[in-house]
Formats: sequence, structure tokens, C-alpha cells
Amino acid sequence: MQELVPHTTAIRPSPFSSLRARYFSTPLNGAVTLVCATVALWLLWSAFDWAVLHAVFGTGQREACLAAEGACWSVVSSRWRIVLFGLYPFEEQWRSGLACLVMGAVIALSCAPWFWNARRLPLLWVTGFATFYLLMRGGFFGLPVVTEQNWGGLSLTLFIFAAVCILGMPLAICFALLRRSKLPWIARTMALVIDTIRSLPLLSIMFTFAIVLPFVLPGWLTGDKLYRVIVGYALFFACYQAEIIRGGIQALPAGQEEAAMALGLGYWHRVGYIVLPQAFKNALPPTINQVVITFKETSLVTIIGFFDVMASGRAASGTAEWNFAVIEIYVFVALIFFVFVFSLSRYGAYLERRLDVGRR
Amino acid sequence: MPAFLNSRAMRDGAAQTAFVGALVLLVGIAIVTARANLEAQGLSAGFGFLERATGWRISFSLIDYDTSSPYWKAILVGVLNSLFLGAIALPLATLLGVTVGVMRTSGNGMAELLGTVFVEVFRNVPLLLQLLFWYAILLSLPSPRDTGLLPGGIALSGRGIYVPGLNVTGGSVFIAILLVLAAAAMALWLKSARLVSAPPRAVRRAIRATWALGTTAAVAALWIGRIPETALLSIPVQQGLNYREGIRISPELMACVISISIYGAAYIAEIVRSGINAVPKGQAEAGRALGLSSWHIFSRIRLPLAIRIVMPTMINQYVWLFKATTIGIAISFTDFFMVISTSINQSGQTLELIGILMGGFLIINYSIAWVLNRLNDAIALKGTQLRI
Repeated sequence: MQELVPHTTAIRPSPFSSLRARYFSTPLNGAVTLVCATVALWLLWSAFDWAVLHAVFGTGQREACLAAEGACWSVVSSRWRIVLFGLYPFEEQWRSGLACLVMGAVIALSCAPWFWNARRLPLLWVTGFATFYLLMRGGFFGLPVVTEQNWGGLSLTLFIFAAVCILGMPLAICFALLRRSKLPWIARTMALVIDTIRSLPLLSIMFTFAIVLPFVLPGWLTGDKLYRVIVGYALFFACYQAEIIRGGIQALPAGQEEAAMALGLGYWHRVGYIVLPQAFKNALPPTINQVVITFKETSLVTIIGFFDVMASGRAASGTAEWNFAVIEIYVFVALIFFVFVFSLSRYGAYLERRLDVGRR
Repeated sequence: MPAFLNSRAMRDGAAQTAFVGALVLLVGIAIVTARANLEAQGLSAGFGFLERATGWRISFSLIDYDTSSPYWKAILVGVLNSLFLGAIALPLATLLGVTVGVMRTSGNGMAELLGTVFVEVFRNVPLLLQLLFWYAILLSLPSPRDTGLLPGGIALSGRGIYVPGLNVTGGSVFIAILLVLAAAAMALWLKSARLVSAPPRAVRRAIRATWALGTTAAVAALWIGRIPETALLSIPVQQGLNYREGIRISPELMACVISISIYGAAYIAEIVRSGINAVPKGQAEAGRALGLSSWHIFSRIRLPLAIRIVMPTMINQYVWLFKATTIGIAISFTDFFMVISTSINQSGQTLELIGILMGGFLIINYSIAWVLNRLNDAIALKGTQLRI
């Protein structure tokens, strides 16, 4: 007697059928695919045509650029030093470049989990920042002094960004703790301050600190314009970051703090060893997001009159020689920002997935 | 140690007094110093300067303004321009953002790719750079002499974009928009109030009647407000070196609108995508089990649920986008911030003007959040059994 064997050759999706399911499952889907593919190909082709086929490469090809239809990359190869280093003295620009590399390394190293600890991370940033500052400023080992007025370009952007993070992060922790204080007047006042600053545009805060503050503060308190803007931006950053940290603290089960209290730990031990480490883990993805936004919005200092990478980009094409090639310079500056911001935000997304996996 | 330091209540009270006192002291010092500085410059504090004539021009204004207008009017022009920019850019950003967000969750590989590229490109470049980029592109359009009218009566030129318009007064346009908004709010209220006693057909009829009434009233308002002795429709006409008739959209406004809508759309697309992904699979599967088409599953189940999930995040995003409109100062778009900063330069009344700026933004942002929160309450799912 023949036994009935169940038919086990399951229908395994072939690569072709999965392709079909993804792109051409229904007529509508197929039409969408075709339209999108046309748009994508057209965009790709126009970009390629503009940026490569009809573009002019090589230094100092101004005449060729004026005649060409495509991009004029010649402006970038002729003027990249201005974009990256601004008004920094020509012979000393290697210092500015090295300082940028140091800062880039600090940012890259902070992505390694080994550094995520209350001692290593601040140490890394403070050392990196000090190295950056000393390199840029000089005045030792025979390096000539270059004052902040002559800094510019990418290094100024990185300087402002790093200073805002270093100042803003401790401030944010303070703000978050003060806002959660059990003393009602402190908590309420802090909430008012945070909410007010959060509802104002960053530009108006920077403007207030840069231009209005010398007017309302006694002379000995004002300091340099650059540092005032940094303080203002750090305050703004701290108010946003404080809310992120507070959210991280609120996501903790109440039992954590109660258990610490039951063990007889004092306030600072509870906060330092129990609450904040876990809160930061909860708040890691939005924190990275906030840092990314902070880096992007550093470009606003251009409007207040600083010579950051944006402003130096405009200056690079601002001369009569290259004023027709402004789009190419903008694309170049956009690429610089894109490399930083895209890699950081990808890393944030990766971290979010990884932390999410750990939680399940 | 003195005995009073042992009392917890005493210590707490001292800490609070010290904290609040320090802040008050800081503000006090600021005010006193500012007073002193003002007197040194021969200016007087207070808001009296608002009645003085400004003496400077504003390139783009929705209301009548000239150099002899007082400061308060200049500030009003700025506020209106900011609101105008927001009122155009925020809905555009939403429209584009929802489209891209839906593309990214459509399941179609090609559409997802396009959406992802859009989001990654425009989210990772600073808004200021995008603004300058679009402004440079708009300015590099050919001069009006060398352009022709595109179909639909639109002309793209380096001096602005010309579109057909109606020859009506600004006030009547404002009233017409208000009427349409009122009709929308009424319809939404009718829908959400769930008039228990009324049958659904009657409610639907009432909503339809509201819309009809609102649009008719709006059209009537436009008709009454038309400028005499001109054709109702005004189409751009090339004349000499420029265009006349039609509405000119300045490159500044256009660049602001384009960059803020695209930048905002990239963020909104991410919010919408996460919202659509957050709708439990069971909801869509239940729809499929009931035999609904995939379009109905999307439009009647997934999108409405997703909108309710993302609404709180969106409210923050709108407030944030509205704050971002201040960036217009980079290309001299006369918004609220720019008027304030020019006024500070011209009049020297720094503290008062900064106060107006802060107060204005607080009021506008809280109003946006308030209106959207009401909307959120209105569309929220009622009942306790619904979990999404």
C-alpha cells in the first residue's frame, strides 16, 4: 500500500518573484515603480551631467568655467583653503587642519561605547578641546599666536560646536535636576526659564547674547562676542537637552530611586550612580539627534557676523573673479555638513536599533 | 553649626530663596545697567518710541506702510510677514512631508528609495545653506525681458515669480480666508461633537451645508471687495523690462517658502513614517480580513491611526518650524525678527524691543500649540477600549 506523503516542496520565493512582489505586484504598483524610476533616473542623469560630464575641473580654469554649461569645480580647487580655514594665516593653516582632525577624532571616538562613562567621556572632550584650542591659538614652541578674530571656516564651526557641547551638557544636567527638584519654587522657576528659552528661536537668542548683552551687563562681565554667542547657544542647547534628560529620568521605574533610598544612599550618590546613568541610556538616541541638530544650526552664527564655514564659503565665491560659481561652493559646503551630519545620524539610528534589541 | 541649619524646612527655604533671588538679582542688574546706558546715550526707556516714525522702508508688506509709519506698524508688518510665511510654508511642508512619508512606507522599492534620498539629502544639510542655495538659484533665473509666459500665466524671472491673481482688496482676501477657516472649524466640530441625538445622515448634511455656506460667503466677500474699473482676473503681461499685472512673488519670499517647506517636509516625512509603522499590524490585517482594498486599508485605517499617533510630535515640529522662519533675515526677508533687529539698530530701544520679540514669539508659539492641541483633542479616539 502506498503511503500518502504530504507534498513538502514548499513554494520558495524566487528572487524574481520577490522582486515582482516589491515592484510590480499590482498595475498601480507597477505604474508607481515606473514613474519613480523615471524620476530617479532623470535626477541621477541631470546630476551626473551637471557635476561630471559638463563640469570643469582643475585649478584656476575661470575662462573654461564661464564657457561651460556644467559645474565649475575649479572654484573649489582654487578656493578650498578659504572655505576650510577662513582668514587663518596661510603658513599656519596646517595647524587649523590638524585641529579639525583632532576634533573629528574626538567626535568619532565618542561613538565607541568604551568611552561612555562619567570619567572618560568628559576627559576625552576636554583634552580634545584643549588640544584644539592650543593648536589654533599657538603661542608656544615658537608657534605664532593667532587670535580668535582670525579663526574661520570649518575650524571655527567645530570650535563653536565643541564649546557648546562641553558647556551645554553639564548645564543641561543641572537644569534637568533643578527642574525635578522637590523644592517647588526652584522647580517652577527652572520650568519657566526652560520653557521660555525653548519657545524662542535660536537666532534671537544668539542675537540677544551677541548684540544686546553688552548693553545690559556691566563692562567686566561681557567678554568677547564669540564667547557670548557660545554661552547663549550653550544655554539654548542646555534647555533642549535638559528636557531630553528629564524624559530619560521619567522613563525610569520609580523603584530604582526608591531602592537606592532604601539602601541609604544620599542625593548625589542616587543621582550619580543610579538615576543619571540609566537616564542617559534611555535618552541616548534623542541626545545624538540633538547633537546633530546643534552641529547643523551652528551655521546660524553666519548671520550674527562670524566667519564660519558657511560665511567663508560665501566669501570664497564673493570675489568678482568667482561670483558666478556660488552654487558649486554651496554644494561643496553642503557636502562638508552632509558627511558629518549623515554619519552621525546613521550612527544614532544604528544605536537606536541596537538598544532596542537589548531591551526586548 | 548654628541650630537653624539643622531644620530641613529652613534649609529648603533658604535654598529656594537664594535660587530665585539670584535670578531676580541678575534681571535687576540687567535693567539697571540698561537704564544707565540708555541715559548715557540720551534715550529714555519705555514704549513711547512705538509712536515715532521709523524712516526706513520695508520691501514686502501686507498692509499699507511707508517711511512715515510708526514703529508699532513696522513691527506689525513684520509679525504679519512671519505669519504669512508660516501659513504658506507649514501646510506645504505637511503636504510634501506626508507624501514622502507615505512613499517611504508604501512597500514599493522604487518609491521608498526616492523618499529615502529626499529625506537624507534635505535633513542633513543646514536650513540656512538650503535657503541660500535656493535664493541663488532663484536670482540666477533670466531677467524678465528674456522670459516668456509659461502655461497658466506664470512667469519665472530673476526679479520674482509672477502668477495670475485677482484684482481684489487685501482685506476681502483676508475675510474670505477667515470664512473658509471658520467653515472648516465648524465642520470639524460637527464631526467630533458626535451629536448623539442626530442621525449620521443629518450630521453629514449639516457638514455639507457648512462647507457650501462658507465657500459661498468667501466668494461673495471676494466679489464685493474687487477693485473697481479693473478686470477681475489679473494676468501678468510683459512690458518693457518688467512684468505688470498679476502677483509678484519676490525671490526672498519664494526662497524662504521653498527651503522651509522642503526642510520641514524631510522632518515631517520621518515623523509620518514612524507613525505609520507604529500602527499595529493587526489593524491592517483585520481590514484585510474584512475584505477591504489596500487603498481603503491605507486611507481608512492606517493613515487616520497614524495621524493620531504622530499629532503630539507634529505640534512640536510646527512650533519648531515656525521658529525657523526667522532665518529669512539671511536674505533680507522682512520678517518679525528682521524688523526687530532693524528697529534696535535705528532706535536704540534694545530692552523694549527684545521684550516685544520674546513676547511675540511666546504668544505666537503658544497659540500654534494651543490650536493644534485643540485639534488633537478633537480628532483623538474616544473611549477607553481603543488602544493603538
